[in-house]
Amino acid sequence: MKQSIFRVLENTPLTETVYRMRLEGDTTHITSSGQFVNVQLDGLYLRRPISVNDREGNVLTLIYKVVGEGTARMARMAPGAELDVLTGLGNGYDTSVSGDAPLLIGGGVGVPPLYLLCKELLAEGKHPRVILGFNTAAEVFGEAEFLALGVPVTVTTVDGSQGVKGFVTAAMDGAYSYVYTCGPEPMLRAVYNTATSGGQFSFEERMGCGFGACMGCSCKTKYGNKRICKEGPVLVKEEIIW
Amino acid sequence: MVDTSVKLGDWVLDNPVIPASGTFGYGYEFADLYDINCLGSLSIKGTTIEGRFGNPTPRIAECASGMLNAVGLQNPGAEQVKTVELPRLAKCFSKKVVANVSGFSIEDYVAVCEALDGEEQVGIFEVNISCPNVHGGGMAFGTDPASAAAVTRAVKAVTTKPVYIKLSPNVTDIVSVAKACEEAGADGISMINTLLGMRLDLNKRKPILANKTGGFSGPAILPVAVRMIYQVYEAVKIPIIGMGGVSSARDVLELMMAGATAVEVGAANLVNPYACRDIVRDLPAEMKKYGISRLSEIIGGAH
Repeated sequence: MKQSIFRVLENTPLTETVYRMRLEGDTTHITSSGQFVNVQLDGLYLRRPISVNDREGNVLTLIYKVVGEGTARMARMAPGAELDVLTGLGNGYDTSVSGDAPLLIGGGVGVPPLYLLCKELLAEGKHPRVILGFNTAAEVFGEAEFLALGVPVTVTTVDGSQGVKGFVTAAMDGAYSYVYTCGPEPMLRAVYNTATSGGQFSFEERMGCGFGACMGCSCKTKYGNKRICKEGPVLVKEEIIW
Repeated sequence: MVDTSVKLGDWVLDNPVIPASGTFGYGYEFADLYDINCLGSLSIKGTTIEGRFGNPTPRIAECASGMLNAVGLQNPGAEQVKTVELPRLAKCFSKKVVANVSGFSIEDYVAVCEALDGEEQVGIFEVNISCPNVHGGGMAFGTDPASAAAVTRAVKAVTTKPVYIKLSPNVTDIVSVAKACEEAGADGISMINTLLGMRLDLNKRKPILANKTGGFSGPAILPVAVRMIYQVYEAVKIPIIGMGGVSSARDVLELMMAGATAVEVGAANLVNPYACRDIVRDLPAEMKKYGISRLSEIIGGAH
């Protein structure tokens, strides 16, 4: 973990409520995809945990959805603004067990962390496939970025306004060696029940500190109590207790 | 050169800054960030006789200048604390610690103190009779002077270590509870625990916390802590470890002038993991600002 100051390079809306923020700063403590950062915002007491979308050199990319006062303040930040960020939080995804053809499944604001994961898997010579699930066409983001990496992408929408109609599980066909997923809990549970392989599931919880001190985000697993912020947010399929 | 040392009974602390129980784990997360030996001491996560998972999540909510928590005393239990956590902490912290003890019955408190009594590392016991997040026991002991005295007597009977009783602010008259503890033989008072609060999720039309209520902490509660410490200082002779919303060296001076001998820092650690280190670092300059050369001189200085 590292506390440092980042400078906003860009803060662009991708949909009506989802923004991409690129920041410049010390990214060296980010050791894995699937980790998150904890962002301090003026006038709010607790930090806001946001998943890492990408890290390249000293540039960190966050994609976040405006869901409350904290993210609304982030959305109003202009290039040049400074942010106090804790980096290198959480365990992240383990790519060593992916096999050759892992399936990456993201739902809504759970899509962003899969991008850096996808890059890591490609760098290891693997052949990931991606499913991105949304409620409706107006909420879709990220498809072009994954296509630019040269991976097959299937978009699903619940109302059928874009791509395959239905939930992400409607596109979980064909052969795959492993699943990596992030999204709302009902989606994680559906993927868990559908997946024919092992997998890693990234969970969300209200956090106090984000670095393991307060026990605010604990959960029970088959391998004992874990802190979503420290031993998570990624849990392996075998240990999850719903 | 200023002197930041303070004395809790016979125990000399290099400085009065102690991370509060439940906001610092067993120290290792912070030891990865800085040398925690700069602290006066540290108060370990509240320990119960059996291990506990605590409350369901969500356990955390936010408010203006503060937060609510309803963790519910998650901890691995006294035996694990003794055999795993304390030895691990000893590798990164060479000073004595404050052992925070919780329970649901007088027997529970006694059992935990007995279990940890032989630990060289434990400087004092901080007996938490004020946790607002557990049902049965916990805060019930801290809201009634007779019950608080009964816990104090029972614990004093089984340990030779100093016993500090951690008081709840969720009472009409905290002074009467503090006096009852002193009369029952308490070596000191630790105050204040969190204030009972609640926040609602307007979309769900329900409390945010799964436990419905939670303990309110953070800078917003500092004035309540100052007031209560001030009142208790006038009524008891035993030392007070003060806490409640402290986030700066200036706040430390304020609680000490109200009557605290040492000061715990809680919620601030969660927002700024370096909060305690920064407060220790800033203390000498802050003391100079107010013409203080020996910190222990200002204890109760506002009276």
